[in-house]
Amino acid sequence: MTKTMKKSGYHVFSTKEYMSRVRGGENSTSFRISSKPVHAYVDRIDFLFPFIAKGLEHVQNRLTPSTLIIGEKEYYEKSEYGQQCKRFEVPFQTIAKELGGTIYSNIVVVGLLCGLLGANLDDLNILIKGAFGDKGSAILENNIKAASKGYTIGMELRTNVEVLPQKISLIQDKDISSDYLLSGDRAIALGAIAGGCNYCTFYPMSPATGIPTFFSHHDLEFSMVVDQSEDEISVMNKAIGASYAGARAMVSTSGGGFALMIEGLSLVAAIETPLVIHLGQRPAPATGMPTHTEQGDLELALYAGHGAFPRIIYAPETIEEAFFLTQMAFNIADKFQIPVFLLTDQYLIDTSYNIHALEYTNLTVEKHFIKTDTKYQRYKITEDGISPRGIPGFGTGIIRSDSHTHDESGMITENAVIRTKMVDKFLRKAEAIKREAIPPTLSGSEDYKILVVGWGSTYPIISEALELLGRKDIAFLHFQQVYPLHSSTTRFIQQAQKIISIEQNPTGQFGKLLKLETSRDVDAKILKYDGYCFSVEELVEKIRNAVNSFPEMKEKTQESFIGSGCDGD
Amino acid sequence: MATKFDKDEEIHWCPGCGNYPSLKVIKEALTELWLTPQNTVIATGIGQAAKTPHFMNVNMINGLHGRYLSYAIAIKASNPSLTVIALSGDGCTYSEGGNHFLHAIRYNPHIINIVHNNQVFGLTKGQASPTSQRGFVTDVQNRGVYNEPFNGPAIAIALGASFVARTFIGDTVQSKEIYKKAIQHKGYALIDNLCPCVTFNRVNTFPWFKQHTYYVDETHDPLNQAEAMKLSLQTDKLPLGVLYMNPNKATYEENIKLYESDNTPLFQRSVDKAKLSELIESFR
Repeated sequence: MTKTMKKSGYHVFSTKEYMSRVRGGENSTSFRISSKPVHAYVDRIDFLFPFIAKGLEHVQNRLTPSTLIIGEKEYYEKSEYGQQCKRFEVPFQTIAKELGGTIYSNIVVVGLLCGLLGANLDDLNILIKGAFGDKGSAILENNIKAASKGYTIGMELRTNVEVLPQKISLIQDKDISSDYLLSGDRAIALGAIAGGCNYCTFYPMSPATGIPTFFSHHDLEFSMVVDQSEDEISVMNKAIGASYAGARAMVSTSGGGFALMIEGLSLVAAIETPLVIHLGQRPAPATGMPTHTEQGDLELALYAGHGAFPRIIYAPETIEEAFFLTQMAFNIADKFQIPVFLLTDQYLIDTSYNIHALEYTNLTVEKHFIKTDTKYQRYKITEDGISPRGIPGFGTGIIRSDSHTHDESGMITENAVIRTKMVDKFLRKAEAIKREAIPPTLSGSEDYKILVVGWGSTYPIISEALELLGRKDIAFLHFQQVYPLHSSTTRFIQQAQKIISIEQNPTGQFGKLLKLETSRDVDAKILKYDGYCFSVEELVEKIRNAVNSFPEMKEKTQESFIGSGCDGD
Repeated sequence: MATKFDKDEEIHWCPGCGNYPSLKVIKEALTELWLTPQNTVIATGIGQAAKTPHFMNVNMINGLHGRYLSYAIAIKASNPSLTVIALSGDGCTYSEGGNHFLHAIRYNPHIINIVHNNQVFGLTKGQASPTSQRGFVTDVQNRGVYNEPFNGPAIAIALGASFVARTFIGDTVQSKEIYKKAIQHKGYALIDNLCPCVTFNRVNTFPWFKQHTYYVDETHDPLNQAEAMKLSLQTDKLPLGVLYMNPNKATYEENIKLYESDNTPLFQRSVDKAKLSELIESFR
């Protein structure tokens, strides 16, 4: 779907929410097809294609009188939901059966949407050939026929003024057809490869499994060891062993898996070995909602591990940044010999959209290790706290790493003076790490009174909501490095008369961190923790309510808000 | 004998500890096989045995309790030209690291896994270990151990480990020969090394082991899994020597295919920019 729309020259966005089941349940995928770039989830549904009787109930809060339900009569006629919606019957299953089986219904729907939105049938056919070309000529032919049948229905519907009084006027831009179409998890995987990652261990856990799975299809191409290990404890300790031996190691997990890795995280710190940890968040505690989204593990990543040690936490704000930050994470981990977190979430991982440019050709893999000599000491005390890293088997030196407090040679010690020097050594790295922090991005008016603060994957949703809200006195400060915070943070925070934090967790974890770093409390929190991502409309409403809760900041008129919002797609 | 692996270091073990002859055996076995400290890594966990590489001139990672097999597997997979020895005690291997032990056997990495088995926790001062005999009285297990002892060799044989041996370190001469066989063996090699704790185990002492062990003779066929299993289940008198060999298994490093035609370790490899570009461009 998204590929065809993109190929036809439309901007595309898609995200999915699904149940933690092998089959069935109520799941949905939302697409935005637009003449403008679209990077955020909206509630509003223009066209709904239910595939099960419970479909309408599942999206009941997203239905409006302008929603057009297209599909089987049985899925909407008896439902108590969606009575306010327009309906258009298309017996997808009957059509598909005539073509060879209900399995073709999906392609009929895709064909219909292409016809309806004016995409090119040729583009769809090319993609169908790519996807089904090796499945035998009968299957390929049936899919082509299914697409064509759907396309014809869509074309007719496009000009049916009774059902669609408002003309669909999407502008095709041929430039878009050669855009990249990337999901969050592909962006992370590609970024890791571009960052020189060559050792990835994991234990399957939603939503983080897609990345190592992708690697496993490209392991020999990129000299990678990809290992599904017996448990997350082993995952972490293998990554440590690989890193000790000079590999560029990564683990990919979610909160529960990471919980098992925490003992190992402390060892990463103790032996000062580089490691990238991808922590794809999902609702917790415990098993929580395995296939849903949350930003609830910031404090976990921040405080995990016994003892005090430096770390970096990146939280990519877009799919492009997920690529670049992952790439960079490997260089930074190598440079400072520390754990670097990529804190993502199910929403980012499962979201896709088209990206016009990805400047990757100048990216370099920076390796920070040396060839050792016989006098080599792994933990040499240095001014910046970084001891040149040797690799076993590279040079004549001996590489000794110890989980115990150790001296410069890596030998176990209980000497108070050495202990203090060693702790000071690795804490000294924190200063340089902070100097290289990514500054938060400020969007909106420079002389703001109200500052909306967000972090990670919510960036495009908050941006679009604020654009719709259109208030000149609000600016948006977004963080994709959440620890340590860039030194400019305090200045941005101090300028604000009121601060609103927006987070997908129940306690406002980032707001607490901001206070810790800037001594300033947020004035209002917009928190969501139902397992589903924020929508643009929801945030428009909630930000307005938050603003109106400050008496002196109240909106003068309510008209600045565009009710249906999100025009152009 | 002086070896390249000698290190001038004060040793922290109790006088008479089984770790002393074990240290001597490992240093001599490595030296006699022409291995170098630069190309050998010893990965250990926590416990007195785990301190072994502290007293050697050798690359080492002394990590967390129970996790040493994970380091060893990953080091070997990152650089197959290194000789990788995973060494720790019975508590570290069979208790805290039990799951890693089972799965290390399944991976069949080309590493040597030496388990100093003294049937007691030494470092934490005398509690029962997973290999303590039934009835063994400690300050904690003060009415005697009631759990079934963990039989490392039997479990390894049941899982089809590629090399399973038992040594008693009271005999350094024969132990060294078995160590050398294990080092030369391609694939995962377990040595359950009976290595008395002279401070906290007053039952399973040097004389006790001398009395309760015997060497398997040439009539034993180590390729016969059922016979090996029978031997490993003997507990009245413990058989020493190579109990089992399953030499035709592919190693983990072979299975990952990465080193099939090129032995370059991961740290010396770099991303193929053309392939990367091709991959990224395929998303257009």
